[in-house]
Amino acid sequence: MLLIECPYCGVERPELEFRCGGEAHIARPEDPSGKTDEEWAEFLYMRTNTKGVYAERWRHIHGCGRFFNAVRDTVSDKFLKIYKAGEPMPDLASLAKEAGK
Amino acid sequence: MSQPYRTEKGGQIDRDRKISFTFDGERMEGYECDTLASALLANGVHLVGRSFKYHRPRGILTAGSEEPNALVGIYRKGDQTPNLRATQVELYDGLEAISQNRFPSLSFDIGAVNDLLSPLFPSGFYYKTFMWPKAFWDRVYEPVIRAAAGLGKPPKNPDHDRYANLYAHCDVLVIGAGPAGLAAALAASETGARVILCDEQASLGGSLLSETTATIDGKQPADWAEDTVADLAARDNVTLLPRTTAFGYYAQNFVALAERVTDHMADPDPALPRERLWQVRAKEVVIAAGSIERPMVFPENDRPGILMAGAARTYLNRYGVKAGQKVLVATACDTAWQAAFDLADNGVEIAAIADTRKIVPEALMTIAEARNIKVRTGCVVTATQGRKRVSGALLGHVSSTGAVSSAGDVACDALLMSGGWTPTVSLYSQSRGKVVWDEASGNFLPGAHPQNERSAGACRGLYGLNAVLEDGYAAGEDAAKSATGKSAKCTYAVATGAHAGEGGTLGDLPNDRDASRVKAFVDYQNDVTAKDVKLAVREGMHSIEHIKRYTTTGMATDQGRLSNMNALAIASTALDKPLPQVGLTTFRQPFTPTSFGTFATSSRGDFFDPVRKTPSHQWAVDNDVVFEDVGQWKRSRYFPKDGEDMHGAVARECQVVREKVGLFDGSTLGKIEVVGPDAAEFLERMYTNPWKGLKPGRCRYGLMLNDAGFIIDDGVIGRIAEDRFHVTTTTGGAAHVFATMEDYLQTEWPDLDVWVTSTTEQYAVIALQGPLARDAIAPFISGIDLSPDAFPHMSVATGTFSGVPCRLFRISFTGEIGFEINVPRRHGTMVWDTMAAEIEKLGGVVYGTETMHVLRAEKGYIIVGQETDGTVTPDDVGMSWAIGKKKKDFVGKRGLARPDLIAEGRKQLVGLLTKDPRIVLEEGAQVTKVPDPAKGTSAEGHVTSAYHSPAAGRSIALAMVKDGRALHGKTLYIPMPGGAIEVEVTEPVFVDKEGGRLNG
Repeated sequence: MLLIECPYCGVERPELEFRCGGEAHIARPEDPSGKTDEEWAEFLYMRTNTKGVYAERWRHIHGCGRFFNAVRDTVSDKFLKIYKAGEPMPDLASLAKEAGK
Repeated sequence: MSQPYRTEKGGQIDRDRKISFTFDGERMEGYECDTLASALLANGVHLVGRSFKYHRPRGILTAGSEEPNALVGIYRKGDQTPNLRATQVELYDGLEAISQNRFPSLSFDIGAVNDLLSPLFPSGFYYKTFMWPKAFWDRVYEPVIRAAAGLGKPPKNPDHDRYANLYAHCDVLVIGAGPAGLAAALAASETGARVILCDEQASLGGSLLSETTATIDGKQPADWAEDTVADLAARDNVTLLPRTTAFGYYAQNFVALAERVTDHMADPDPALPRERLWQVRAKEVVIAAGSIERPMVFPENDRPGILMAGAARTYLNRYGVKAGQKVLVATACDTAWQAAFDLADNGVEIAAIADTRKIVPEALMTIAEARNIKVRTGCVVTATQGRKRVSGALLGHVSSTGAVSSAGDVACDALLMSGGWTPTVSLYSQSRGKVVWDEASGNFLPGAHPQNERSAGACRGLYGLNAVLEDGYAAGEDAAKSATGKSAKCTYAVATGAHAGEGGTLGDLPNDRDASRVKAFVDYQNDVTAKDVKLAVREGMHSIEHIKRYTTTGMATDQGRLSNMNALAIASTALDKPLPQVGLTTFRQPFTPTSFGTFATSSRGDFFDPVRKTPSHQWAVDNDVVFEDVGQWKRSRYFPKDGEDMHGAVARECQVVREKVGLFDGSTLGKIEVVGPDAAEFLERMYTNPWKGLKPGRCRYGLMLNDAGFIIDDGVIGRIAEDRFHVTTTTGGAAHVFATMEDYLQTEWPDLDVWVTSTTEQYAVIALQGPLARDAIAPFISGIDLSPDAFPHMSVATGTFSGVPCRLFRISFTGEIGFEINVPRRHGTMVWDTMAAEIEKLGGVVYGTETMHVLRAEKGYIIVGQETDGTVTPDDVGMSWAIGKKKKDFVGKRGLARPDLIAEGRKQLVGLLTKDPRIVLEEGAQVTKVPDPAKGTSAEGHVTSAYHSPAAGRSIALAMVKDGRALHGKTLYIPMPGGAIEVEVTEPVFVDKEGGRLNG
């Protein structure tokens, strides 16, 4: 079981308290009706599903209830960075490089 | 004489405490601190089981948890636990053990014919032999294979033992209490770090308990171990866990331990659990798992009486048991020589030491000479004899070219072997570490450490007692420093003797026999021979993972700890590839077999899942309810009276609701309070319907889609005030809808000033439906004008029920006049009991979910998840009216415009009436155009709901049918095993099509 630090509660808690919410930084388009079918399908279904360093949404569902984002290495299962919702996506390449050291 | 193979003295058994036990009904004696294996050997019993595939007689091979052969069943309290390793079963008075995989008896086993038929069972034989005729698989092959396969028989009764679990946190977890583990625990605890030390054996000490030729700080190793354990036990910061196997190493140093609490006791305290699952989160882990001895792969290396040299030494030095009276030692390394010397010193005749090496250390030769032991160098075993116990062996001399020539035979009653030592890297591997090939030692050793872990001692390829101790101390100091930042001075104990040995062999040994007739076992438990591994390679299995699955080598309960290295070496030779390039298969959890009870712990029976009860629960129980499980909820399904069946009860309940009034507990409905200046705007975006125009005091049916355009939930939403909505959801969708709202609110529209709160558990919902519903509630409601004009259908108001604050909804899921009384949950039972008494006066009825389903189906009201399946749009179920056409956006709006969602030929909600009104269709049945469609024809749709309708006086059904709304009046068919059922397509409303009854 993973330990995850909730950036709002500021504490490390077991994975049981959290729920993963899929890839992060996929914003719902401002004007969905202005999107083509292809663009909408892309938004609905297409995810990068990276093997390696991946930014994903998590929710502290059995804690404070807040959504936040986390960069996780999907191979080692290690969290490389955890940050609040609304903060920009960190540079995944440099995080990967740092973790590789 | 009892215990003829017991030495006169020595060992750590308590000779003053005799223990009586039975094996296959035969009474024997052993001593306190014996294992079942050591006690059997003391009685001269080597034959303890039959092998998995060939039913070959098998004996005790090892002295540890890796034991592949000596699997026994243990009886206790009338139940039997199968497949326990005799080497781990501790003896207690009255222990009853049985052998397994034999019929009718261990000594005479009919299945042994498989051994003669073995040419029929090459590797992959399942895939080859049972290919045809195809129909034979189900009826003949599978039942026969299932009956023949497996080892012990599963217990017949439910497990009556209790299992416990606990979470533990520590600075340093030390796994294994041999010399390295004890030293690590000493060093780590010296700093004040919280230490847990676990070991799978009953006594802590590991190899120290079998070592007699060394001293530590001048003490015998076993004495030093005992003193050290006492020292550790006295430290407050140390937890000692004997009989505790670390069976799983998971992410972030989460390690699972299984503690066997009572299995070793004759008469355990009933308050104790049988086993305890420890879920340990350790800051640092020291793995001190040691190493295990490798069998030698020579022909017939599996006869009872053939055992590992190290195991024989353990039986002798720790348990005072001699493996035989005349012992042949076959080895490729130094350590087995010490076993021979120890046995010789205890009066056992050593028939010979046959070492595969041409040159062995001079020191060993000298000691052997002093004891008059015959030594044969450059020699291998080429055959063994004896059916139920080894009686002799043929030796062969290996020339420099590798050719083998006969070197005579040796009579013996036990054969000890040692192919060298394999470091136990299982847990390291489970921690996701990648092992690295070490050419010098011919072993895979731990490489980089992906977790906060370090291996110490033999499990990282380090041998020699003093070196192992030093490594343990250093690992303990290092782990404590990393965990706590503290270090402390720890005096290292110094060992003399028990130096590291040399030598070892991998793979099968040469012989002068007909290769097609030789069985040299690699994996004892799965009956895999060297020949099988070679055959797998010849048949195209080139990956070690494929070889493993094709031959089943390494798939035994020891996870290949005994067999992997030999199998790998054989495969490497057959593939003509260097061994490290062939690679090692993955070690998986659990390290040793772990009982289901330990995993389940207390989550069994009533404790498996929480039960959610409604306010009417007790009333329902008192009134002969039949419950149904809806998620975790217990919901009343129907209330049979006077021996009614479900059909009778439901028919009566339906009829009374439509004629008079019915009482229903709707408390399981999801409820969400949406509050804030932007509450209406938020609902505009979440639901298809418009909300801004809804007046306070009014309700509207809301439909929720996902952004793909499909229906995911529905429910009535009441506007309590300008900035406050009372949202209801389906019972099953409550948690998901709430999470979805939070998701959009937090991540897409954080600018909206809205708060959403789940109130499912806060409100009890008591529904009254039927023409007399108003009369039923009127006496109890204050502060609300209930007249039809003041409080019409789809209204909500706040008032009181018998003085208790309530939100009263006028809504209907039956098509009748309906009210739903929402009161704080603590008043729910009062309201229920009050209403139950009141409707009785009115001739009303209490109804359950089954009647609720029929009543709503009669009206064509959908149930999300029954009529819909995640691919259904509002238009598909005839609810285009629920979509706010003027809204610029809502969740699902863009999805609804996708080409496939507006295409022709989508399935639409219709009613179906069977030609024969008595036939009730089966939900899920397929709908076709013709009675007997050709094979491969797609169905036109499927039946989603089907009931007998008392109001319609016939069966009714709802269905999703392709272009269904254009088919009203047409005939379709439901093909069933008994013939196709003819149906007419109708609109999906069967009762009160105009809806007049709602508004009375």
